[in-house]
Amino acid sequence: MIEVIDKERCTGCNICVHACPTNVFDTTADIPVIARQGDCQTCYMCEAWCPEDALYVAPNADKAVSVDLAALKAGDVIGSYRRAIGWS
Amino acid sequence: MSGQIRRPEEIASGGGVREFRTDVLVLGGGPAGTWAAISAAQRGASVILADKGFCGTSGATAPSGTGVWYVQPDPAKREAAMASRELLGGYLQDRRWMARTLNQTFENVDQLARWGYPFHDDGVGFQRYGSVMGPEYMRLMRKRTKQAGVKILDHSPALELLQDEDGAVVGASGLFQQAGERWNVHAGAVILATGGCAFLSKALGCNVLTGDGLLMGAEVGAELSGMEFSNAYAMSLAEGSVTKTRFYDFAEFTDANGDPIPGAQSKGGRSVIARWLMSGPVYASLINVDPETQQAMRRAQPNFFLPLDRSGINPFTDRFSVTLRLEGTVRGTGGLRLVDESCATSVEGLYAAGDAATRELICGAFTGGGSHNAAWAMSSGYWAGAGAASYARTRRVLAQPSKVIRAGKAALIEQSQRGYDPLAVTQAVQDEVFPYDRNYFRSELGLKHSLERLDRLWRKVESADKASVLHVAQSRQAAAMVATARWMYRSALERDESRGMARRVDRPQQDPGPRYYVRSGGLSEVWTRRDLQQPEARVLEAAE
Repeated sequence: MIEVIDKERCTGCNICVHACPTNVFDTTADIPVIARQGDCQTCYMCEAWCPEDALYVAPNADKAVSVDLAALKAGDVIGSYRRAIGWS
Repeated sequence: MSGQIRRPEEIASGGGVREFRTDVLVLGGGPAGTWAAISAAQRGASVILADKGFCGTSGATAPSGTGVWYVQPDPAKREAAMASRELLGGYLQDRRWMARTLNQTFENVDQLARWGYPFHDDGVGFQRYGSVMGPEYMRLMRKRTKQAGVKILDHSPALELLQDEDGAVVGASGLFQQAGERWNVHAGAVILATGGCAFLSKALGCNVLTGDGLLMGAEVGAELSGMEFSNAYAMSLAEGSVTKTRFYDFAEFTDANGDPIPGAQSKGGRSVIARWLMSGPVYASLINVDPETQQAMRRAQPNFFLPLDRSGINPFTDRFSVTLRLEGTVRGTGGLRLVDESCATSVEGLYAAGDAATRELICGAFTGGGSHNAAWAMSSGYWAGAGAASYARTRRVLAQPSKVIRAGKAALIEQSQRGYDPLAVTQAVQDEVFPYDRNYFRSELGLKHSLERLDRLWRKVESADKASVLHVAQSRQAAAMVATARWMYRSALERDESRGMARRVDRPQQDPGPRYYVRSGGLSEVWTRRDLQQPEARVLEAAE
C-alpha cells in the first residue's frame, strides 16, 4: 500500500490525486495527503506517474507497514518502478 | 483529426448537478472504453467518457504488461490460433467472432504502432510486436482519446442508466467523486466498458472492477451470458498484489518443509495449489532460469519483480510464500450478452465491450491469460464505438423524450429500511466468493447454501434506503458485487457439468450432449436459461 509522500521531494503538483484510480489522496492547501490508505490497491500507478519520485508503495497489499524513508532514498528504492518502465 | 470534431455540450449546471448532452457516452476508461470512444469520435459522434477512477491508470491493464492475441494474416497461422484454444474453452467459442477479432486486433495494433507505441523485440521472446506494457499503452490511449475530441470525466463513477419511456437507454447519471457533485449525461447511446468483477480482491488493478456495469445493465433488463465462467484465481506473492502469472510457469512449488508439492503447477496444476493453500502455506521458487533469461524477464515484466525486490526476495534462489487471488469475471469469460456484431446488448441504445461483455465468443469457457482479453477489449471496443455512433445518429432526428426514467434502484431510491453498511455487505459477499472450497471447487450443495445467504443479502440491499452522497458509490459497488455473485452461482448451478473453468466437483465430466450457453439476469428474482449453440457458430471437435 502507499506509505509515504516525501515532503522534501513533493512539489504539490497533485498529479497523484488525479492519477490514483482508487482516489486515495486528497489535496490540501499544502502538499497532498494519503487520505484513504485502506482503499489503496497497491497498483503502483501513483509512483509511475509522480515526476519527482516522491511516493513509495510498499509491497504489502493487505496491511499497512512502517517504512524507513531515509533508507529507501539512500538505496534508490523510491523511483525504482519508474526507472524499470523507462519513465525516468 | 480534422477540425470537424463534434463536441459534447454542457447544457446546465447548478444545485450540485451538471448536465451534459452527447451522442455517445462511454462508461469506463480502460482499453475497451478508450478504443470505443476513439472509434465513435472517428465516425463523427460527440463522445463523453466517464471513468470511476482515472482514464490511463484505471483497470486491470494499466498496471500490467500483457500479451495481445496478435496473429499475422496468414490463413494457416490464423487457423492454428483459433483451433489451439477450442479444447480449453470447451468448444463454446464462435469461429466468426474469433476470426473478426483476429482481423480487428491486427489492425488496431498496427494503429498503435502508427500512434507511436514503442514496440520492440528483445530477441528472447518475452517482448514482441503485439505485447504491450500497461502504463505506456494506457497513457497513450488517454492521449489519443483526448486528441479525438472526447471529453473525459475522471473520478466520475456512473451510478445508474437513464431510459426513455420506451425503455431505450438515453444516458447515465453519476458522481463527480472529488467534487461531491452529480452529473447527468443525456446520450444517444451508452457503451458499458466498466470491466468485469474481481470483488475487491486486490488482484492487480482490479479494485475498480466491481461489476458496476453488470448491475446497471441488469437494471434496464440486459441479459448476461457465461456468468459461471467467473472463478479465475491468479497467483501473487502472499501479501502482494501483482497477479502476473506467466513467470510462475518456471516455478517449483514446495510445502512448509521445502518438499515439492505433487502435481502443483501454475498452468494445469493450479487447483492442486488451491487445495494445498486451504491447509497451509505454499512456496514458489523460479528454478533453472539462466541469467540471460532472468534479465529478459525483468525487462518484459518489471512489475512482477517489484514486490519481490522490495521484500528482499530473489525469486530465482529464494523460496517465497504465494497465494491465489480471485480475479472473478475479469479473467473469466462471463458478462453482458451481445446480440449482434455491433456489440449491442439485448436493450436498445446499450452496448457493451471488453470484460463487461461476455468473452465466450472468442474464449468459450476458459481464458488462461490476458492476451485474448486484450485483443477482445480493443476489438469489441472498436465495434461498440462504431455501432453506438451509428445508432446515435438515428436518435438525433427523433424528438427528445418527454420523460427520462432513472433506472437505478439499490442504494438510490427512498425506502423505509435503513441504509446498509457497504463494507459489511462487501465482506459478506467476499465470504461467499473468495474461499477456494466455495468458488474454486463448486458443488450443488455449496452453491445452494451460498445462494441462500446471497439472496438474503440482496433482499436487505434492495429494501434499504438510499445512500448519502458520501457512501453512494461504495454502496452501489457493494450491490453490484452481491448481484454478480448471485448470477455466477445461479449460472454455475444451471450448468450441470464441468466445462472450462466452470468446474463442479460433483459433476466432474463434460456433458457430451448438445452444447449450450447459460444466460442469466434479473435482480429481485435471478433467472437462468439455456440457449443451444447455433450450428454455424459451432467449432468441430474432430479438428482436435
